[in-house]
Amino acid sequence: MNFFRFITGSIKIIFRGSKTYYTWLIILLLLILWGGFGYSGQLAHGLIKTHMRDSVSWAFYIGNFTFLVGVAAAAVMLVIPAYIYDWKPIKEIVIFGELLAVCSVFMCLSFIMVDIGNPLRFWHMLPLIGTLNFPSSMLSWDFFVLNIYLLLNLFVVTYLLYCIFYKKEYKKSIVLPLVLISIPMAVAIHTTTAFLYNALPGRVFWNSALLAPRFLASAFCSGPAILLILFQILRKTTNFEIKDEAIWKIAELMVYAMFIYLFFTIAELFKEFYSGTENILFWKYLLFGIGDHKEIVPYSWSSIIMGCTAFVLFLIPKTRKNFLTLNIGAVLIYGSVYVEKGIALIIPAFTPDVLGQIYVYTPSMTEIRTAVMIFSIGFLLFTFLSKIAIAIVFENYNIESLNPKIYSK
Amino acid sequence: MKNKNSRRSFIKNISLATFSALALSGCNSEAFDVFLQQNFKTLSKKEKDRIIKNLEIKYKEKYGKEFHVSDRPALEGTSFGYALDLSRCVGCRRCVYACVKENNQSRDPQIHYIEVLQMEKERGIDFAHSTAQYNPEKVPEKGYFYVPIQCQQCKNPPCVKVCPVRATWQEPDGITVVDYNWCIGCRYCMAACPYGARHFNWGEPNVPNEELNTEVHYLGNRPRMKGVVEKCTFCIQRSREGKYPSCVEICPVGARKFGNLLDPDSEIRYILENKRVLILKQELNTQPRFYYFFGI
Ligand code: SF4
Ligand code: SF4
Repeated sequence: MNFFRFITGSIKIIFRGSKTYYTWLIILLLLILWGGFGYSGQLAHGLIKTHMRDSVSWAFYIGNFTFLVGVAAAAVMLVIPAYIYDWKPIKEIVIFGELLAVCSVFMCLSFIMVDIGNPLRFWHMLPLIGTLNFPSSMLSWDFFVLNIYLLLNLFVVTYLLYCIFYKKEYKKSIVLPLVLISIPMAVAIHTTTAFLYNALPGRVFWNSALLAPRFLASAFCSGPAILLILFQILRKTTNFEIKDEAIWKIAELMVYAMFIYLFFTIAELFKEFYSGTENILFWKYLLFGIGDHKEIVPYSWSSIIMGCTAFVLFLIPKTRKNFLTLNIGAVLIYGSVYVEKGIALIIPAFTPDVLGQIYVYTPSMTEIRTAVMIFSIGFLLFTFLSKIAIAIVFENYNIESLNPKIYSK
Repeated sequence: MKNKNSRRSFIKNISLATFSALALSGCNSEAFDVFLQQNFKTLSKKEKDRIIKNLEIKYKEKYGKEFHVSDRPALEGTSFGYALDLSRCVGCRRCVYACVKENNQSRDPQIHYIEVLQMEKERGIDFAHSTAQYNPEKVPEKGYFYVPIQCQQCKNPPCVKVCPVRATWQEPDGITVVDYNWCIGCRYCMAACPYGARHFNWGEPNVPNEELNTEVHYLGNRPRMKGVVEKCTFCIQRSREGKYPSCVEICPVGARKFGNLLDPDSEIRYILENKRVLILKQELNTQPRFYYFFGI
């Protein structure tokens, strides 16, 4: 009963908002519709509506999935520095980090659903009723850890918000261990996703032990970028108090992550280009194109340029501490990692394919529209959840405000 | 033990029932049945027979033809092997088209189980410099040789290892098969296969009615649906009846040899004994049952 009132209270909140809020919702809804009509074509005719073919059998969808796993992981890992450096609003950081994680995992699972040929058969993956190939298949591991991670985070935020809503003290003995588990779980979801690719010796491009470390490093670049901006918005619009120093600290940590990422990538490039075996082909395709096939090159260089600019902006203390340049940097690094995961990580592994043939892949309109649909749904979900969280955490929205008499004054 | 089992199956039934009621509340009972069908490997003889009978009826309705669907299991004491004579192959691609016909592969979108690569004699077997799109008036072309590639029926198949739902497995006679009704279409196996041997039905498969092969095997050449993976099965519908795969029969220069590795008198054993063979990408430890050799 209590929980029910918490839910109805939360639902009420999402319908209350300013004009800007409603405009934002309408924009998202329009995008969902536009994307949804694109996706319906795929539902009717199959994945032939994408540009994936036998040569390049995984592409943009799974790339998006990978990117979002990174976001989900990094959002929660931000709890560590919050704890170590004793930023004051640690509870709030946990709440918003986990909300972001929940929405990202939701989007991840959606990207898997649109990528499989028979979405209705997904129950074949469920334990007991299906035949999950556990522990042999990395995909089954990934599915497993992602779901646990989703439930874990969902539980912790709901519980925290529920307690605040009812003005109760939350039980440290419940929350603390769960938050502590969710941190290694964040590493786990990302590592498993890296292993998903890493474990295929036939795909040389992925078969490098540096893949998982590079994954983690790049996630630590993109995930906090979102929170960095979100914290500033919260600070402006609510009484969320986070000091400038904390924000700069996040930016500083991101610089370390970028540096590590850069170093790993250079190590990889050195190995490939200096040894000059035929495996260099995949990197060549990514960076320069092979023969006339240069379609992927603009993607990779835009990612590199965005990433390096962001690195410089974050590295120089003056631009790091200027909020304008800081935010530009955050958007750039986000974009850079998005293109890197969405395209640059996946496509070269399939081009040239295992038999040396080249099929040029770039995302089709259907793929882009489907991705827009999923991202818009994810943003919508995140907007709703943040709205609820903001009301409960900062605006003192609680069980008493549900009583209309008190509320109306 | 029994208790545990029945509890397990109880959970299974309940959740399946609820789930499917939710998912398919609008569908007719036949589609519903197919939707609920379990992994072929876990079915009893009785269930298999029922499914196969229904399939034959369904095919009759859909294509207006009598199909014979077999589910003949592997014969005791067989382990299939294949050998291809690189010095004879002229790159005519007759095997490709015979295979398409025999195995009811989709014409448009096009699926070919066999890919013939043209390679430069000077480079040897070099995938990066090979091409599958060669189209001269007459083959073989001077300076080139041809390497046809299809499923290598690995003894240590990476495709089987990665499938998240066990929809693909290696049969006792060494053929790796796919249960088209169980495959979810995630294509992880395609990413894992080092020989490009697995093919996906990106759209609804299309076979001209008059060209349908009605002698089919459940795990082989029966008509597929969109959204599932398929692959060469050494013509399981033929090889398990003691016949050669179609590609072996059609090859005009006799470059293709097939047989039982466990039979000491088979041609395949003769080749292994007397010719020197090679396998593709041996460093990946996939242990192919598909050998290449130079007969002359
Ligand atoms: S060749 Fe590919 S499809 Fe065939 S068994 Fe080996 S890994 Fe599997
Ligand atoms: S596409 Fe089908 S057979 Fe291949 S891994 Fe996925 S479920 Fe298994």
